[in-house]
Amino acid sequence: MDKSIDEIYQEAHDALVGVSDLEALEAINVRYLGRKGRLTAFLRNIASLPPEQRAEAGKKANIAKKKLEAAIKDHGERLKAGVEKREEGIDVSLPGRPLTPGALHPITRITREICDIFERMGFSIAEGPEVELDYYNFEALNVPKYHPARDMQDTFYVSDNIVLRTQTSPMQIRVMEKQSPPVAVIAPGKVYRCDSDLTHTPMFHQVEGLLVDDQVSFADLKGTLTAFVHAMFDAQTSLRFRPSFFPFTEPSAEVDILCVMCRGKGCRVCSHSGWLEILGSGMVHPNVFRSVGYDTTQYSGFAFGMGVERIAMLKYGIDDIRKFFNNDLRFLRQF
Amino acid sequence: MKVSLSWLKEYVALEWDAERLAEGLTMAGLEVDALYDRFEYLRHIKVAQVKSVAAHPNADKLKICEVSTGSENATVVCGAPNVSAGMMTALALPGTVLPDGRTLTETKIRGVVSHGMLCSEAELELGTDQSGIWELSEELPLGASLAEALHLSDFVLEIDLTPNRPDCLSLIGIAREAAALQGKTLQYPDIKRTDPGQAISDLTSVTIEDPDLCPRYTARLIDGITIGPSPAWLQDRVRSVGMRPINNVVDVTNFVMMELGQPLHAFDFDRLAGHRIIVRRARQGETFISLDNKTRVLDSEMLMICDGEKPVGIGGVMGGLNSEVRASTQRVLLESACFQPVSIRRTAKRLNLNSEASHRFERGVDPQGALAALNRAAQLIAELGQGSLVDGHIDVHPGAQEIPPIRLDVARTNRLLGTSISAEEICRLLQAIEIKAESSENGAFIDSWPPSFRVDIHQPEDLLEEIARLWGYGRIKTSVPRVATGSARPNRTLDVKRAVRSFMNGFGFTEAITYSFISAHAVDQLRLAEDDARRNTVRILNPLTEDQNVMRTSLVPGLVETAVRNIAQQIKDLKIFEIGKTFISRGIDNQPDESVILAALWTGARHESIWNRDTVPCDFYDIKGVLEGLLFGLRLARIQFIRSEGRQAPYLRCGAAADIVIAGQRVGCLGEMHETVLADFNLKQPAFLFEIDLDRLTHLIPESPQAVPLPRYPSTSRDITLIVDDDLEAQAVLLGIREKDHELVEDVSIFDVFKGHPIPAGKKSLSLRVIYRSPRGTLEDETVNTIHRELTHQLLTAFKADLPS
Repeated sequence: MDKSIDEIYQEAHDALVGVSDLEALEAINVRYLGRKGRLTAFLRNIASLPPEQRAEAGKKANIAKKKLEAAIKDHGERLKAGVEKREEGIDVSLPGRPLTPGALHPITRITREICDIFERMGFSIAEGPEVELDYYNFEALNVPKYHPARDMQDTFYVSDNIVLRTQTSPMQIRVMEKQSPPVAVIAPGKVYRCDSDLTHTPMFHQVEGLLVDDQVSFADLKGTLTAFVHAMFDAQTSLRFRPSFFPFTEPSAEVDILCVMCRGKGCRVCSHSGWLEILGSGMVHPNVFRSVGYDTTQYSGFAFGMGVERIAMLKYGIDDIRKFFNNDLRFLRQF
Repeated sequence: MKVSLSWLKEYVALEWDAERLAEGLTMAGLEVDALYDRFEYLRHIKVAQVKSVAAHPNADKLKICEVSTGSENATVVCGAPNVSAGMMTALALPGTVLPDGRTLTETKIRGVVSHGMLCSEAELELGTDQSGIWELSEELPLGASLAEALHLSDFVLEIDLTPNRPDCLSLIGIAREAAALQGKTLQYPDIKRTDPGQAISDLTSVTIEDPDLCPRYTARLIDGITIGPSPAWLQDRVRSVGMRPINNVVDVTNFVMMELGQPLHAFDFDRLAGHRIIVRRARQGETFISLDNKTRVLDSEMLMICDGEKPVGIGGVMGGLNSEVRASTQRVLLESACFQPVSIRRTAKRLNLNSEASHRFERGVDPQGALAALNRAAQLIAELGQGSLVDGHIDVHPGAQEIPPIRLDVARTNRLLGTSISAEEICRLLQAIEIKAESSENGAFIDSWPPSFRVDIHQPEDLLEEIARLWGYGRIKTSVPRVATGSARPNRTLDVKRAVRSFMNGFGFTEAITYSFISAHAVDQLRLAEDDARRNTVRILNPLTEDQNVMRTSLVPGLVETAVRNIAQQIKDLKIFEIGKTFISRGIDNQPDESVILAALWTGARHESIWNRDTVPCDFYDIKGVLEGLLFGLRLARIQFIRSEGRQAPYLRCGAAADIVIAGQRVGCLGEMHETVLADFNLKQPAFLFEIDLDRLTHLIPESPQAVPLPRYPSTSRDITLIVDDDLEAQAVLLGIREKDHELVEDVSIFDVFKGHPIPAGKKSLSLRVIYRSPRGTLEDETVNTIHRELTHQLLTAFKADLPS
C-alpha cells in the first residue's frame, strides 16, 4: 500500500476546495469513491493485510469513506444553491423598503418607566387638572396666601383663585378627598412655573407619589425611594437623604443620588459636588391630613415628587432642557 | 444668606474646617450652595517695591513708576500723592479682578501705557484710607501675594435657607446650628442692659394704633452723635456678608441685623414731626417716598411708621427719605420692632419691594429678641458716633404671648421615624438647639418649650423634624412598606393613551410635546368662528411672553409650528402626533374644561425615499388610512366620515375635511389644512391632520373584544361596477348595502374608482366587491347569482346608477 487511508482522505478533501461546478465534483467522486476509485481500492486491499491489522484498518477506512461521501454531497448541495442564486440573483445588500416606526417622546418614555416601577410596587396611577384651584395647589397643602413658601415657585395666575399648577402635589389632596386610606398613588403630569432660562422651561413634567396607611414611617420612605432609584438607575447608585423643607411634608428630605456621570468624583453635571438632587420627599404634614379629614393619630404617610426632565436628562445624557419642547425630529427620533 | 467664617467664630469655637462645616450644615438642612475665600482676589495682588518715580510727560499729577516684585518689573502710571521711590506697596497686574468687579487691563493713560495699578487700602477693601497708595511694611516678602503676606483668608458660606428657618437668617442662628453639630456651646455677644431711668419718655413716645400688625415696638434715643464712615472692622464685617458700608449708623443697624436677625431702623430724630412715633395703617392712595427714592402708592392694609404728621417708614419693609439719617444728623431714634408676617409679605408684594428687613419679617422674627438687638445697636452707635445714650427705652408690647409647651410621644416619634431613639437622647438633641425639653412619665413623653426665635415650631411633628435632622437622616434605616395592592385599579384612560401611542409609533409617527400655552392670536390664525367655543381661552395674567399668553384650545397650532420649525431644518417629511390637553374657559373664576386630545399631522412624502421608488407627496387618504388603522386597532366599530361643513374645522380645506363620527358621536375631524391657514403659519407645503377627543373615544372602546366563530363554509365573491354621479359618496353606497343586513352578504368593499373617458363627464365608476357566505353550507352559484342580481338592481334604483356600457 503506497498511501495511508488518512493521506487518501486528506488528498480527496483538498481536491474539493475550489471545485465550482457539478461536473468537476462528479469527477472527484469517481476518482475516489467510484468502482475503481482510490478509496475503494484501499478497502479492497484490506483483505491482503495481516489478519491482526485487518479489523482496525477496515474500521478506519469505512469512517473515511462515510466522511468523504458526506463532504461531497454537502459540496454538491452548496453548488446547486449557488446556481439558483446566480439564476435569480438580487442585491441583498440594498436597503429594504423602510417601515420606520415613530419614536415616543423622551418625557413619555421616562414617565412610563417611573410609573411602571411604582406600579410594580403596588401603586396606582391618577391624573388631574392642570389649571388648578389655588386651594389644591397651595392652601390645602399648608401654603396659605402670603406664605413665604410661595416664593419657592413662580406661579402663573389665571385669577386670584386659579393657577396653572406649579406641582403635581395637588393630586395628593384630590386623591385623599375621594378615597380613605390605604392610599398608594402615583400622579404624573405637566406643571407650570414662570421661569425660563438655560435650565428652566415654563412647562415641565413631574411625577408625584403618595402612600398613606397606618404605621408608615420615614424608614419606609427611605426604603421605597431607594428601591425606586435602584430600579431607575442601577443598584450601585447610592442615595443621600438630606433635611429640607416643603410646606406639605414634615420631616422633609431632598434625595440626592451619587452623580451618574462621574460616580461621585465631581463633574460639570453635578457642579463638582458628586451628588445630584433628583427628588423632594417627606412625611405628610398633619395639616395636610387635617385638610382632607384624615385622622392624624391613626394614619401616617409619605409623599414625594420628582422632575421628569431632570431624570431624562441624566438618563439620556441630554444637556439642554429646551430640547424637549423644540421637537426637532432629529432629536426626538433618538428615543 | 452669606456667612463669614471669621465672623462666625466670634460665637462658636469651630473645630471643623470650612468644607466640613459646609457639609455638616447641608446635611442638617441648611444647604450650603457655595463656599469661597472672599480674599481670593488678594492672591493676584503682589507686594512690590517702587524703584523709581518720574514725571508724566503729559500730566502734572501723574507719575510714571518703575515697580518691581523681585522677579518681575512693570511700568505703572500712578496718580497717588504719596508714591515715592523705595516704598513697598500693593501691585495689581493686568488680568486681576478687583473687589469692585473690575478686571484690570493694560491701559494707556495720557499716552503712556500702564502695566498695572498701585492700590490704596480702600481700593482693596482692606481699610478706609483712600488718600494714597498703600504703604506696606518693609518686612513683607517682596513678590508674595497680599493674601499670603497679610495672612488674609476668610471663607464665606452661601446658604440657601428654606423659608421655615428665619432664625438662621443671622450669624448667631447659624452659629447655634454649628455649635449643636460639633457639641459646642454658643457664645452670645456681650450686650449691656438698658441703663435705668426714663429720660427717653420726656423726649418721645410710641403709639401703636394697629397692634394686630405690630405686636411690639421698642426704641432708644442716641444724642450728640457724629455721622461718619464706620471703622475698618465694621466695614469689613458688613462687606463680608455682601453689603456695602454706608455710615456708622446704618452699618451698625445692618451689622446687628446680620448678627442677631433683628431688622432695625434709624430715624433722624429731629426730622420727626412732634418727635414721636405712631404705628398705623396707611390711608388708601396715600403716597410715600421710600429710601430708594421711589414714590410708593399705599393702600389701607399697609402698616406705616408715622411721626406726628406723616408716614416716615413702611413698617418692616423700608424707611423713608424724609427721615433718613444724613451727614448733619445729631440725634437718632432707633427702632427695633416686630411685625405681622402676612402683612409684611403682602405689602412687599404689592409694592414689589423686597428688603433684607421684609425678607426676615415675612418669615418671622423673634418677638423676644427686639430689646437685645436694640441695646446692642444703640450701644454701638453711641460708641462709634461718639454720642451718648439717652437713659431708658420704649417698649410697647401689646401682643405679648406665652408659648405653650409641646408634648411629644416618644413611642410615636420612633414609630413615625422608624427609629429607636431614647427619651434622653431626644432631650439632648433638642437641648443642643436651645429647645427646652424634659422627659416625663418615665420617658414615655417629652415636654418641650421651643424658644421664641423658633417661630416654625408649634406641634409634635415640628419637633420630629428637628430630632430626625439632628440625629441624621443617614442613620435612619430603610424598610419596605406594605402597599395595599388592592387599591390599584386599571385606569382606562391611561391604557388607551398608551395603546394610541404604540399604534401611532407603529404607523411611523413620532411623538411631540408642545407648550400648553400659545398666542391668543392662534384662534384667529385657525379662522375660528366668532362663536366657536375654542375662542373661550384661559388667559394667563402674568405670561412670560405674549406668544404664550393663553392656554391652548387646540393642539393644531403647536403641531403646525413644530412642522414649520423642522422644515426650516431641512426635515421636510414629517409624521408627528401629540397627546395633550386643551382648555376651554368656563369663566375667569372657574376651572376650565380640560379634554385630552390626540392630534396628528402628516406633511411631505408618503414614503421615505428609497432606491426603487419615487417619492410621492402624501394626501388625504394617507392620513385617513392612519386614522382608520388606529380606530381598527382600538376595536372601534360603527365609524362614519361625514363631509365637514367647515364650522367645526375652518382650518381645513373645504371639500377635503370630514367629521369623524363613531356610534353617532362626533369624536374629531380630519382633512387637509386650509391654504390660508398654512400661509398664516408660514407652512409652505400641504399638510394633512386629524384630531380626536380621547376622552370621548375611550367611552366608545369595547371593554374587551368578543370572539366570533370562524366560518365553516367557503365564501363566494361577486363584483359590480356602477356608473354614478360624481358627487355621490362611496360611503353612501357601502352603507346602502350594509344597512340591508342581508344574511348572506358578509362584506362589501370598494376596489376601484374611475373618472374620465369612457365614463361621461359628471359621472364616475365605482367598483364594488361583495362577499357572500352562508353559515349553513356552501352557497350554490345559482343562489349567489340571484341575490347578486337583486342587490345590483336595488343599487341601480337607489343611487340612480347605470351599469357600464
